[in-house]
Amino acid sequence: MKSRGPVTLVFAVLTLLGLAGQALLVRKVDALRPEATLEEVLYIPSAKAVKRMGLGYTGLVADIYWTRAVQYFGRKHGKGSTRYELLYPLLDITTSLDPNLVPAYEFGSTFLAQRPPQGAGQPEKAVALLEKGISANPNEWKLYLHLGFVYYFEIKDYLAAARALQHAAEMPGGNPELRAIAGTLAQHGGDLQTSRQLWMMVYQNEKQAQLRKNAERHLAAIDNDEIVTVLEAAIADFRRRTGRDPKSWAEMNANGYGRTVPIDPQGDAYLLIEGRVEVAHPETFPFITKGLPPGQQPSIGPQIVVQ
Amino acid sequence: MPAIEILGLEKKYEVGFLRKTEKVALKPFELAVQEGEIFGYLGPNGAGKTTTLKLLMGLIFPTAGSARLLGRHWRDPDVKTEIGFLPEQPYFYDYLTATELLEYYGELSGMDPTAQRLRVPEVLERVGMTAAASTQLRKFSKGMLQRVGIAQAIIHDPKLVILDEPMSGLDPMGRLEVRDIIHSLKDEGKTVFFSTHILSDAETLCDRVAVLNEGELRAIGVVADLTAQVGGKVEVVWQGEKAKPAVEALGAECRTTASLVRAVLPEAKLDAALDAIRQARERLVSVTPVRATLEDYFLQKLGRKPLEEVETR
Amino acid sequence: MNSRVLTIAANTFREAVRDRVLYNLVFFALLMAGGSILVGQISIDIERQVVVNLGLTAVSLFGVVIAIFIGIGLVSKEIEKRTLYTVLARPVRRWEFIVGKFFGLVITLVVNTFLMSLGVLLALLYVAHKLERGDLTVVVAIYFIVLQFVVVTALALLFSSFSSPLLSAVLAFAVFIVGTFAEDLRGFAAMSQGVTRVGATIAAYLMPNFAALNVIAEAAHAKPVAGNLILFNTVYALLYALAAVAGAVLIFERRNLK
Ligand SMILES: Nc1ncnc2c1ncn2[C@@H]1O[C@H](COP(=O)(O)OP(=O)(O)OP(=O)(O)O)[C@@H](O)[C@H]1O
Ligand SMILES: [Mg+2]
Repeated sequence: MKSRGPVTLVFAVLTLLGLAGQALLVRKVDALRPEATLEEVLYIPSAKAVKRMGLGYTGLVADIYWTRAVQYFGRKHGKGSTRYELLYPLLDITTSLDPNLVPAYEFGSTFLAQRPPQGAGQPEKAVALLEKGISANPNEWKLYLHLGFVYYFEIKDYLAAARALQHAAEMPGGNPELRAIAGTLAQHGGDLQTSRQLWMMVYQNEKQAQLRKNAERHLAAIDNDEIVTVLEAAIADFRRRTGRDPKSWAEMNANGYGRTVPIDPQGDAYLLIEGRVEVAHPETFPFITKGLPPGQQPSIGPQIVVQ
Repeated sequence: MPAIEILGLEKKYEVGFLRKTEKVALKPFELAVQEGEIFGYLGPNGAGKTTTLKLLMGLIFPTAGSARLLGRHWRDPDVKTEIGFLPEQPYFYDYLTATELLEYYGELSGMDPTAQRLRVPEVLERVGMTAAASTQLRKFSKGMLQRVGIAQAIIHDPKLVILDEPMSGLDPMGRLEVRDIIHSLKDEGKTVFFSTHILSDAETLCDRVAVLNEGELRAIGVVADLTAQVGGKVEVVWQGEKAKPAVEALGAECRTTASLVRAVLPEAKLDAALDAIRQARERLVSVTPVRATLEDYFLQKLGRKPLEEVETR
Repeated sequence: MNSRVLTIAANTFREAVRDRVLYNLVFFALLMAGGSILVGQISIDIERQVVVNLGLTAVSLFGVVIAIFIGIGLVSKEIEKRTLYTVLARPVRRWEFIVGKFFGLVITLVVNTFLMSLGVLLALLYVAHKLERGDLTVVVAIYFIVLQFVVVTALALLFSSFSSPLLSAVLAFAVFIVGTFAEDLRGFAAMSQGVTRVGATIAAYLMPNFAALNVIAEAAHAKPVAGNLILFNTVYALLYALAAVAGAVLIFERRNLK
């Protein structure tokens, strides 16, 4: 027993050193090739090939590809990720392996359609993906809902959007409220109210965290745009009355415009700079079109129709 | 300095999968084997002989106790350069030839390469395997494997040779040869510690024996001393059939050849038997004491006969 | 290195050779010859790609199968057949036995892979008529495949030190497959929450990372591999193998032989 001591100790230390060391190296290797699992799709000739290589375990393989997509694009969402060119092939493979993976169509169409940096800016591919999904899953009303979204927000084909939403409303399980939205869509294409209704629809019906988060951001952006519209109107009024820009919110309050410093939907106070309203953190506030610092392009979003 | 000192070695096995129960394979005992001795380690099947030898070689670990080998701590790996071991029913890398196998073990024992080159044919000769020196072991019979096993145990000229049933699987000639090898090892001043349940081998070979039963050490000593503890027997021979029933009634087994009746009975019954013969007025031919064997010892002390080995040839 | 380790390693190699393990090279040669002649015939401008993909995949699979099937027997077969008794009755430390066995199988695999690699390069030469700079990635890919074998061998040895050959084989194959998806596993772990996250992260980092050791696709497209990746992968594989072999020693040190 006694002489087994040192050997055991030495090898226990070696085991631990080896384990700790390899974990460190794994991190280094991962850092060296952060997008390796995604880039794999660059070498894949077709979804059919993957299907054959998956040896019949296509469901599992599909799940793996799907998780890669969610993991990578979900985490990098809005952080200036650059590899959106990989998104479509990845989703195409995923849905070819498992055509019934409905969340993949929903997720995919959303992030394919949105303009960079919130998405790939490929609405046609989003439509293609959704149509593939609809032909494989003709009874999923939510696919029509998403199709409507892409037409409405990105392609701005309000007629096509209304048609898709009408479909969604009539399908079993579909939300009948959509019919009303679809009806007004043609006339009110692009107005904030319709946008809000649509995003609320997603927010209430969606189970995927990423997509709910996305809808929440859109809703926040709509709120922001509405608030900023009101604030801008007040400032214009102030300017008309005094002939100059207000210096601060306090000055505005003192003149009877509101009672406190206005707060944006992210919880930050709006800035008042040379008579302009700006959000405090535009970089973390995607989709807004109003309250941006001068020169900064609206990332994406509903257009405001001032009535 | 004793070659082997067993200091209270104990081995318990856990048996059963869900409900574990303890099985004691070896109970603690002390035993010293002196240098230069041929020491027999005897016991019936399942007595714990192999267990003891495996413990000594560090193949299994004891639940208690320790040992010393050649005066050194038994876990000192270097002590094994001086020890040769033949396991029970040995099996070797069957893709090697006998020569390659011995060379391999020689290297592992730290032998000098030139010494080894001379030694291998010599040892093969000694176990009568010269002809099969370059045959792969997968073509060997059981007896041939046993011989190679003995060869590998002595290839590195060890001071202490531990053999687990060295005669097993050998034909009568082979047994004689192994006996000779063991004797010659003693002549070279080596210590031989071997287990067996073939008692005649132990009787002819051993300076001392230890008897083990159900994991317990039952006796240590010179064979003659052990057998002396067993009451002797006598053979009585007489002429005529009439006394036979009376003698048989005493528990003796009688055999008749021509006109003579031959009976073997315990010494204590001798008087009664002689009385019976005299009463029948028959002629007494001879009374001869029969030497007690280890077998008698086993029968009387352990209440069972060690199973004679079944030859599987 | 210590001479007993070398002796045991050499004998392990000899065993593999005598057990005709290297015969797999015949099948490999047939596969490469057939494959390259076939793509040479159809000639659709991807001959090089096909030869590299086919060749390296075969090198990898043949090797992994050998590593697992021999690896799992390294210890358990010797215990089962009791050939180990007479070895451990020598002045051989138990760790020397394990380490010797490990190196023996690694040597076997290196020799086997070296011969196969020659076959791949010959086939490449046959279809492309010349070797180029880009073919260096093929060499790197083969090197990574060898690193992969080192890790698989160490794992097979580890499993073999405490379980039956069949169970070891199952475990080794499972870990091999999981290891090829190790990055996804770490992804899953990163996405989970709370206690699960801790457990999943530990599990994910204990699995071998085979994905990064597979650059066959890059080799097929003649894309270079970062020098740092070669360095990190080397250190990684050696550390992982160290941990597994040392773990095997720890288990084997206290094991009662049958
Ligand atoms: N691995 C094990 N697990 C449980 N019990 C065991 C184990 N090995 C041995 N035993 C038990 O220990 C006891 C002693 O066995 P051992 O092999 O030492 O006997 P032996 O004296 O060598 O017998 P034989 O003459 O048959 O070779 C036996 O009862 C056996 O059942
Ligand atoms: Mg035995």
